[in-house]
Amino acid sequence: MQDLTQLTEQQRELMQSKDEHYTLNLGPTHPATHGIFQNILKMDGERIMDAEQTVGYIHRAFEKLAEHRPFYQITPITDRLNYCSSPINNIGWHLTVEKLLGVETPKRVDYLRIIIMELARISDHLICNSILGVDTGAFSGFLYVFQYREKIYEIYEEICGARLTTNIGRIGGFERDLSPAAVQKIKNFILEWPKVWNEFESLFNRNRIFLDRIKGVGPISADRALAYGFTGPNLRAAGVDYDVRVAKPYSSYNDFEFKIPVGYDGDTLDRYLVRNAEIWESYKLIKNAFENLPEGPYHADVPEFYLPPKQEVYKNMEALIYHFKIVMAEIDVPKGEVYHSVEGGNGELGFYLISDGGRTPYRLHFRRPSFIYYQAYPEMIRGSYLSDAILTMSSMNVIAGELDA
Amino acid sequence: MTHPEIVEKLKNQFGSDILEAYENYDMLNIHVPAYKIYSFLEYLKTDAELNFHFLTDLTAVHNPFDEGAEFLMVYHLHNMPKNIRIRIKASIPASNPSIDSIHQLWPSANWQERETFDFFGVNFIGHPNLIRIMNVDEMDYFPLQKQYPLEDATRQDKNDAMFGR
Repeated sequence: MQDLTQLTEQQRELMQSKDEHYTLNLGPTHPATHGIFQNILKMDGERIMDAEQTVGYIHRAFEKLAEHRPFYQITPITDRLNYCSSPINNIGWHLTVEKLLGVETPKRVDYLRIIIMELARISDHLICNSILGVDTGAFSGFLYVFQYREKIYEIYEEICGARLTTNIGRIGGFERDLSPAAVQKIKNFILEWPKVWNEFESLFNRNRIFLDRIKGVGPISADRALAYGFTGPNLRAAGVDYDVRVAKPYSSYNDFEFKIPVGYDGDTLDRYLVRNAEIWESYKLIKNAFENLPEGPYHADVPEFYLPPKQEVYKNMEALIYHFKIVMAEIDVPKGEVYHSVEGGNGELGFYLISDGGRTPYRLHFRRPSFIYYQAYPEMIRGSYLSDAILTMSSMNVIAGELDA
Repeated sequence: MTHPEIVEKLKNQFGSDILEAYENYDMLNIHVPAYKIYSFLEYLKTDAELNFHFLTDLTAVHNPFDEGAEFLMVYHLHNMPKNIRIRIKASIPASNPSIDSIHQLWPSANWQERETFDFFGVNFIGHPNLIRIMNVDEMDYFPLQKQYPLEDATRQDKNDAMFGR
């Protein structure tokens, strides 16, 4: 046993030096991190001791921008938050403005919104889980299931003209009713989807290699998850059954019955299984909403915010004036302060809107779930291997657009 | 618990520190002085009946015409079991925009406070790592303050002749 009082100066310095850790730079651009965010990992051999995160590579000043844009021009900004499920962001924003204005939308609008939001949720979870498979090396599931992401995008295209950044709907409802082509595409999707997702699940759910790779990886307890502001599938995987659609129903979600899948350990396996189960619940919601779609107007009566039909604009003075005022944003919005949240693909997406009575918001703040829960990443990966850290990040579904805004 | 019950309980505990309590769009808003914010939020979090255990959102608003109260800190809390939300506000002056950090109560406040510092310049006392999070480190002003325009007129890297306006 070495006599510690007889150390040389150099030996003493070396022993006190804590810098025996190896620093590994994961990012900012890395094929396995989905988006641009940097992690400087301090590693002790193969195990990660700490991670220092840098975000903001795709910061586009949305909150400042929103103070200079009329309300209908903010919808394309919200597209680019969680761009894997942009209809949810769009509809969440429209719901916020409708809450401020006190507009009640007809049932048909609500049910159409549910169909589109749940399609977006399926698209988001599909991407997350299949890419989780790719990160473990399993490419086939991703390849076949992505064909159905295309089908969902074709449905959006029929409804609003765009595939990814949809700018779907208007304040008060939709710009046009479902076309026959859209109806047919939704019907086809409802018929074909179960077989596709069953095939994906059969490849992964009881796959020994996949389960070994993701069980016990990146766990977080329910208490720590709540302290870190987790919401959405990540929180439900930790065992807390909080879902904004049930806690504060919007857009007639309370007309439907659906389950909230909940996990136990909050590890990657639980997050994977919760997203799988949510896809099934979303599918049931789409089927129910589509089969029970009521007849009626496809938009609320808000002439000050909803563009009048073009034929009217050419004939009718009143419609012409409304059209002009809406497009040139000469409409003054009532003063008020509102916080509205929707259940996004990653959790509670909140919009805090303060209007001072002018044509643009005075302050608009986006409560972005990815930004808030990504802070927990170092705690979740402490002590695990690098490959586990990659899978943890993949299963957390951090979307760069929502992280930085 | 109804909103009047919550306000009464808070008034019993904090007395005149409750500057304002009002409701808008079904949300209870409470305005407290900035120096009381930590103990106030701690009480809201730890009290068994109030149980506002979840910090939903933390941000700021810049009101340049409110002399002495230019920055308004806004905290949204949530009691999930009873499904009650509450909005807490605290004003801080532009001459000394400091307020206690609440990252000890909720770790999720860490980055949200960094973002508020980055955008508004609010100083959070006791924050472990108060540096910019979204913008470049070299930026020397706080962009979301109302006196700054949307675009930076001094930038050299975008040539209007090429990009057009």
